[in-house]
Amino acid sequence: MLADWQYIGIFLAISPIFPAAPVLLQWLLGPKKPNSIKNSAYECGIETVGDTWIQFKVQYYIYALIFVVFDVEAVFLFPIAAAYGQLSLFAIGATALFIILLADGLAYAWAKGALEWI
Amino acid sequence: MDLNTALRELRLLDYLRLLWGDAPWVEPVLDLISIITVSTFCLLIVIFLIWLERKVIARMQDRIGPNRVGGKFGLLQTVADVLKLLTKEAITPVGADWVAYNLAPFLIVMTALLMWAVMPFAPTWIGVDLNIAVFYVLSISSVSVVCLLLAGWGSNNKYALLGAFRAVAQLVSYEVPMVLSLIVPIILARSMSLIGISEAQVLPFALLVPVSAVIFYISALAETGRTPFDLLEAESEIVAGFHVEYGGMKFGMFFLAEFISTLFMSSLFATIYLGGYRFVLGELFNPNYTTGNLAGILIFFIKTFLVYFVFIWIRATFPRIRIDQMLNFNWKFLVPWTLVLVLVVALLDRLVADSGWTVRTLAHLSSNIVIALIALGFARRRAAREKLFEEEFGVAEEIARPMILGSDGHDDHEHDHETHGQPAPAHD
Repeated sequence: MLADWQYIGIFLAISPIFPAAPVLLQWLLGPKKPNSIKNSAYECGIETVGDTWIQFKVQYYIYALIFVVFDVEAVFLFPIAAAYGQLSLFAIGATALFIILLADGLAYAWAKGALEWI
Repeated sequence: MDLNTALRELRLLDYLRLLWGDAPWVEPVLDLISIITVSTFCLLIVIFLIWLERKVIARMQDRIGPNRVGGKFGLLQTVADVLKLLTKEAITPVGADWVAYNLAPFLIVMTALLMWAVMPFAPTWIGVDLNIAVFYVLSISSVSVVCLLLAGWGSNNKYALLGAFRAVAQLVSYEVPMVLSLIVPIILARSMSLIGISEAQVLPFALLVPVSAVIFYISALAETGRTPFDLLEAESEIVAGFHVEYGGMKFGMFFLAEFISTLFMSSLFATIYLGGYRFVLGELFNPNYTTGNLAGILIFFIKTFLVYFVFIWIRATFPRIRIDQMLNFNWKFLVPWTLVLVLVVALLDRLVADSGWTVRTLAHLSSNIVIALIALGFARRRAAREKLFEEEFGVAEEIARPMILGSDGHDDHEHDHETHGQPAPAHD
């Protein structure tokens, strides 16, 4: 079990090398003549106006909130699905109820207008 | 096992394991060899994938495509592009968040590579056969959301930030149907390991549960940000989205990660829904057939590239969709019907668990077709209703509804139509 994760650990440890190598190579090969115009933010080609890091649309937050509900649900459904052959009838009924309750949550969000892009 | 057999059966790592004995350093070194092989393969195949994509799309659009560099077919076009990227100046724009800006391209390639750790290329060609492989893939792939947000936020650029927000909304939303549709093959295979899922497919799961396969494919399109879900880097609206401010190889890393993860999604689709390295036809006609490593890797890549070709085909065919369409399609169509699908497959599989494969296949296939027909019927009815709305009010419902909802929170149609001066019916 731990031997399995040893592979992932080694992979995680050496995976930065693969993006680092070309970036480093570019840093070595490329010219280094910075000036203020070259280093300014490109944006869309004309001079940038105002602050970028401002408050953003709350709609994104609502979608993220609904996502969290469903992702947490999926964490529970995966082990159930993997052990599906050994489940008792009661457990399957409970799982079905669980899915229906979550669908109900989605229906609630839908009815409240949380899924409308305004 | 001697070197000859090892080479013929493509089992070099097993041979080295026998040769070196079981000293404590052997396993880490073998892991290292396999990791470097997989990662280098991923980095190099992208050069070919970019050429393939440009060439195929060009042919589909009645153009010739790359045809100058490297012979008649422009085979070295991407190599030339990479060389060009390598000789560009590395820039961090003034005002950008240095850490976020420079961390994002590294992290996104790392996540794209790490997913390959659990991919079975052939019966014994697998990095590590995790018992929770599907779960591992999903958790690693969701890290890319963070990378895109880092890139967009760190760039100090409004278009990049907009692109990052879109990216987060899209990736986060489409992860839900992807996760839910993957539960279906796990229920059928009773296993989360990718080898286990491959071995469980007497028939490819795409034939048993086509609806789940289609939903997974659509979510994979959105998760990799490809057309028609490429609004997170829409060149014509938000310049190029989250990577506007990147240049040279740092930009190249985003490109690289996109292609690696697209190839990964194709191979994941091939493994989970098409049987991976297994040659289904051979097994149907000859019950004793077992796939060797060489045949396995060939079949795996044939399936993967067939799926990848459909990715390219879709890119050449479909126009980009709007963000509200993207979100509505996900939350109001895909997610509810995936929930229904999971529920039906789970209950049905319990009923037919003890029957043979024929009964099981027929039961799942027919239930899937019924679900697909009902879902399409609902979609058609909604489309008809929207058309009626448009004919009556002269404005599309998806444009009018936010105005109605946004004014004072009530669904008071009459009142709103007066205050907002809604256009009169088109035909008077």
